[in-house]
Amino acid sequence: MSDVHAQTVSYVRETMLPEAEPPVTERGAIKWLRENLFSSWLNAILTILSLYVIYYVLSHTLGWMLYGIWDAGSLTECREIRNELYGEDASVACWAVLADRWDQLLFGFYPQDLYWRPVAALLVFFVAVSPILFEGVPRKLFYLTATAPFICFWLIWGGTIWGPIVVALGFVIAGAVFRYGAEVVGPLLAIIGAFVVPILYWLLLAGPLTAILNSIAPIGMQYVSSDEIGGFMLAFIIGITGIILSFPLGILLALGRQSDLFIINKTCVTFIEVIRGVPLIVWLFTASLLLNYFLPPGTNFDLLLRVIIMVTFFASAYMAEVIRGGLAALPRGQYEGADSLGLNYWQSMQLIILPQALKISIPGIVNTFIGLFKDTTLVVFVGLSDPIGFSNLIRATTDWNGIYWELFIFIGLCFFICCFSMSKYSQFLERKLRTEHR
Amino acid sequence: MKKSVLFGTLAIAGLAAGFASAQTLDEVQARGSLNCGVTTGLVGFAAPNASGEWEGFDVGLCRAVAAAVFGDATAVNFVPTTGQTRFTALASGEVDMLARNTTWTFSRDVDLRFEFVGINYYDGQGFMVPRELGVASAMELDGATVCIQTGTTTELNLADFFSSNGMSYEPVPIETNAEAQQQYLAGACDVYTTDASGLAATRATFEDPSAHVVLPEIISKEPLGPLVRHGDNEWGDIVRWTLNALIAAEELGITSANVAELASGTDNPEINRLLGTEGELGGMLGLSSDWAQNAIAAVGNYGQLFEDNIGESTPIGLSRGLNAQWTDGGLLYSPPFR
Repeated sequence: MSDVHAQTVSYVRETMLPEAEPPVTERGAIKWLRENLFSSWLNAILTILSLYVIYYVLSHTLGWMLYGIWDAGSLTECREIRNELYGEDASVACWAVLADRWDQLLFGFYPQDLYWRPVAALLVFFVAVSPILFEGVPRKLFYLTATAPFICFWLIWGGTIWGPIVVALGFVIAGAVFRYGAEVVGPLLAIIGAFVVPILYWLLLAGPLTAILNSIAPIGMQYVSSDEIGGFMLAFIIGITGIILSFPLGILLALGRQSDLFIINKTCVTFIEVIRGVPLIVWLFTASLLLNYFLPPGTNFDLLLRVIIMVTFFASAYMAEVIRGGLAALPRGQYEGADSLGLNYWQSMQLIILPQALKISIPGIVNTFIGLFKDTTLVVFVGLSDPIGFSNLIRATTDWNGIYWELFIFIGLCFFICCFSMSKYSQFLERKLRTEHR
Repeated sequence: MKKSVLFGTLAIAGLAAGFASAQTLDEVQARGSLNCGVTTGLVGFAAPNASGEWEGFDVGLCRAVAAAVFGDATAVNFVPTTGQTRFTALASGEVDMLARNTTWTFSRDVDLRFEFVGINYYDGQGFMVPRELGVASAMELDGATVCIQTGTTTELNLADFFSSNGMSYEPVPIETNAEAQQQYLAGACDVYTTDASGLAATRATFEDPSAHVVLPEIISKEPLGPLVRHGDNEWGDIVRWTLNALIAAEELGITSANVAELASGTDNPEINRLLGTEGELGGMLGLSSDWAQNAIAAVGNYGQLFEDNIGESTPIGLSRGLNAQWTDGGLLYSPPFR
């Protein structure tokens, strides 16, 4: 054959050509631009319009933000500095309000020499949740996780150390009754006892016991009352407590709603529907106004505690429905499989059902968490000084009256950072737990 | 209807609370501090400073009462209350007194079962307009758009004023004063209306205050005063006479600077009675004889309190006007200390 070719074809390439680069329109940034931004006429117009909008917004705000004044004692001073630097017509931010009121925005009225305590509490919290959030962390940290609520409470509110210890003892008693009571009085009574005994202990014994222990060994720190807590510290306390408590409560409610036991089922359904059917702001007003009338006069039931309870209830009702969605998504075979293995109810839930249901519910759960964290700003309406409340207080001083966007931008940024990290973590968790083949 | 139900509930609750805590003074003394309800921030009247201490005209009254009871003006817990929570906070006993820019009205005094013990600021609703509009009187505001805070008495006053003068207006409802400032400056409304003290404070924060005028018409009476629960007259007397002591002190020329000197005895028997060197006025209130001296030493007399917080030397720059002593043509008139 080659002979034929040798006569009929004048030239045959015997080596491969070196690989040429793709045409300029088919590679690199230009390809990306063509494919993503200018793929059609409509797309190109939209791209140019968007660019113009972005430019318009940035040209009006970027200078305002970047040239902002950080060092001034009042809005008037800010304006004087601006006049000196940029002239009267310039519009620049007065970030000095953040510098001036930084402490208050973060800690509220918390005593200044004690700022290390809430910071330490936050660190303890992060270390305590790390074994839950990440696998690589030593498992021994779970001991810290169990004690962290009491440590954090003591760090933030102070007072005698015996208070949290005596309260924590109640949980130890509950555990002991549950574990050892089963052999003595039977499993059902042990479960009931595990609820009743510690509650009786907290109501009747805890107070006097704390007093006695404190008189024997008065160890404690300066007490800080709830009125003095404000700013982001308040948002974090309400948000974190609400998140931590609403999760287990939501699981229990979701399981209760699926339960065949009539009373448990109806109680859970009623709780969820009533709490979820009424706006959060109404519950907050209930907590702050109505409860005052139902409680005997003179009882000093901390407003912050009341608000935390309401926020927790509200979030747990939503949580219950999110988790119920996860439970419903599981094929019936999983339940039957668990039963056929001879697992009892709690074992099957713990080992088979919940791990799968919770995994399915992760986006919804985190969604509820983020919503709850942002809802903490509603407490401003019952007179608590959360960041928004403090922005009002700061604006009410003659120094800073008239300042507006700077405070809201700062508060918005802080909330965004928190919520965005939660969202990112949930995506990480979803990737980590993705076991099915796709 | 809704309102009367709310008032009824509050009234019943107030009644219960009133019976339950008739001895506020004992409670306050046992607690060692006064719980004083203030606003959640109002320029010149109540706001925390950079180190977290509350300051302002209303705050000064709280401190004066604390000084009268304890001899210590710092023995106060300030409880920020919103427009919605203020009355329940007082009725339920969460606070011992409210010094919170509250207008003394019939229904609040009678139906809500509170006791207004006096007036510490005579306010009234006014209008502010940009100077370039060229408006000189509120009578020229026909057809204007008006920024107004919702759910306040100012809203009702405004409707009354415009309808009684046969004018129309377009309301721009707004939630807070800060928001109103932004809307007004952005030109969302021609007129901003609220209490005259608030207008002055707002105008003072503008870049160019002279570009805005406060119109001369005051369309409502807003007597602001401290209030306590119905049914504990002893406690009401203490707050009432602490306020009167501050007012009388100005009339008698007692200031925080000279009170210690005057307390050692003067030729004026009324000063002596007020400061406790003569008579037993303090004992009648159940307080020590130097109660008024402590209050005046802590916050100064009424005039000093006014000047320090909202007077002409401050950025707010309110003139005394109706709030001058009766001898100067104002309405402040303390009953005699006798």
